Parts: sequence; C-alpha cells; structure tokens
Amino acid sequence: MSKEFSFGITVMPRREVLDTQGRAVEETLRREGEPVVSCRVGRYVELKVKAATGEEAETLAKKVSSGLLANSLIETFEMKALGVTGG
Amino acid sequence: MAKARVGVVRFPGTNCDRDVFEAVGQSGAEAVWLWHADLFDAKSFAALVLPGGFSYGDYLRSGALAARATAMKSVREAAEHGTPILGICNGFQILCESGLLPGALTRNRGLRFVESWVELRKAGSKTVFGSRVAVGARLRIPIAHADGRFVASDAVIKDLADHDQIWLNYSENPNGSIADIAGITNRAGNVAGLMPHPERAYHDWMGGADGRQLLEIWN
Repeated sequence: MSKEFSFGITVMPRREVLDTQGRAVEETLRREGEPVVSCRVGRYVELKVKAATGEEAETLAKKVSSGLLANSLIETFEMKALGVTGG
Repeated sequence: MAKARVGVVRFPGTNCDRDVFEAVGQSGAEAVWLWHADLFDAKSFAALVLPGGFSYGDYLRSGALAARATAMKSVREAAEHGTPILGICNGFQILCESGLLPGALTRNRGLRFVESWVELRKAGSKTVFGSRVAVGARLRIPIAHADGRFVASDAVIKDLADHDQIWLNYSENPNGSIADIAGITNRAGNVAGLMPHPERAYHDWMGGADGRQLLEIWN
C-alpha cells in the first residue's frame, strides 16, 4: 500500500554566490530605516510524493531536490518531513 | 548540393526562434523547426540551435525546466554524436542547466535587465560557430538578459581556461560574469553557448552585422 509523504524543502543560494535578491531586499529595508544586518532570499517548496515507506519517500524527495529543485552549483537545499497521509 | 539541415528547438516561451530561423536560412542552411515535446533523429542534423527567450517563464531558474524537456534527450544524443550545438541567451542557460555546458547563469550583478550593444573579444577557437573569426578579433553584438552572470567554481574556471573553452569575453563586463565570460564551449568543442544575440546583428540595417560571422558555418 503506498502512502503520501509531504516534505518542506528550503532552497538557498550558496554563501559564496552573490545573492542579488537578498541584497536588493536588504538595501530596501535599510533605506526604510530598519536595522537590518543581512538578508538572504531563497525558495520554499512543499512536495508530496507517493511511496511505500518513509525511507523510499525520503530518497525520492532528495533525488527531486538535487535533480531539479536546487542547482548544486549555486544552491543548497534542506528537507524536512512534514507528515504522512493515506495508507 | 543539398543544404545543411539545422534544427531550431522551440520551447514554450522561446521568443527569438523566428529570428534565428531566418538567420539560419539566410546563412545558406535549411532551418528545421524542432518541438520541445518531441524526440527527433539526433543524427540527421548538421547543427542545432537553441534560441533565446523565457522558456517556461524562467520558473524555478532560467532554463531549468526546459533542460528537462523531451527534446533535450535528442539534443543530448546529438551532443554525444559530436553535432555542433549553439545555445543563445536562454538557450545557453538551458545548456548549462542540462549539464551539457559547465557553470550556471545567475541574476545580473546590477539586478537589472540589461539591453545594449556590447563589444566581444573572441578568446577561444574550439567551436565551429564563428570559426572564420580570428582569435582576438572584436565583434559588436547586442545583449538582452536579466540572468547573464556566468558563475562557476575557481576550479571550473581554471579548467575552462586550460582547455581553451572560454569562447567569448566582454570588453566591458555588463553583468558581473566571472572572468568577463560571454560564451563558452564544452571540452569537445561541439557544444557552445553565449549570452549575446548574434541573430540580432545579422544585417547592417539592424545596427550591425557582426553576428552573421558566428552563424555562417555551412558553406
């Protein structure tokens, strides 16, 4: 029986890569007078996959994350299991 | 003599396809449309061109979704076969995202979409595109992009330099690209990508015709 596993995946620009979006937001906030030290902008993806076990689901989500959601040359990702439905 | 067949690949959101199709036709080849959702006979083309635009609305990352399109399986096959493949602007981004070219194209350093005529210097001689242009020669060709800042690790940049894979440099860097890179090739030299648009510099009435030298390779 396959279940549906949800993951929250955060994709962030690598620290050594110039984060232009983060810098733009940072500068805007500073211009508004906010005491912002730094700001980095990434992307949050919610992914639901079908799998037989939690282990299989995690392997699949990792494959999707490294294969498409994040470009390892310029980005890193972190995955968090959000829960299971069905059965 | 039969004309060389050159495939022009279209993705949803490609918008320089017609310009490239006409330029290829005027260069003496027979331009053939190729559709993103279809496989094609990789060995039946003298060359392939991936034109510029905003495939899939630049969602996720520029070129990321197009790089996974069905037609890219045939493009990959053609690359392995040794077919000359040229990616222009978004086409360059697609080739990087598909791993056929090293590195990645990221948001311009100045955060803005840049659109202007730039001067390029030919640095590498590996690709057949523009093979009649001397190394060191300067070409005036327009750019129009938001994600044109080429980035790669120091090791990859050194590798590119060591193997003559840096094809074109900007005389004045418009986007923050590492090492002023405007275009590169793969190790074998048959896959090439550049951010500037040679098809927009094809006739004097366009403001310059230097781009023609990069696209005329068939006769």
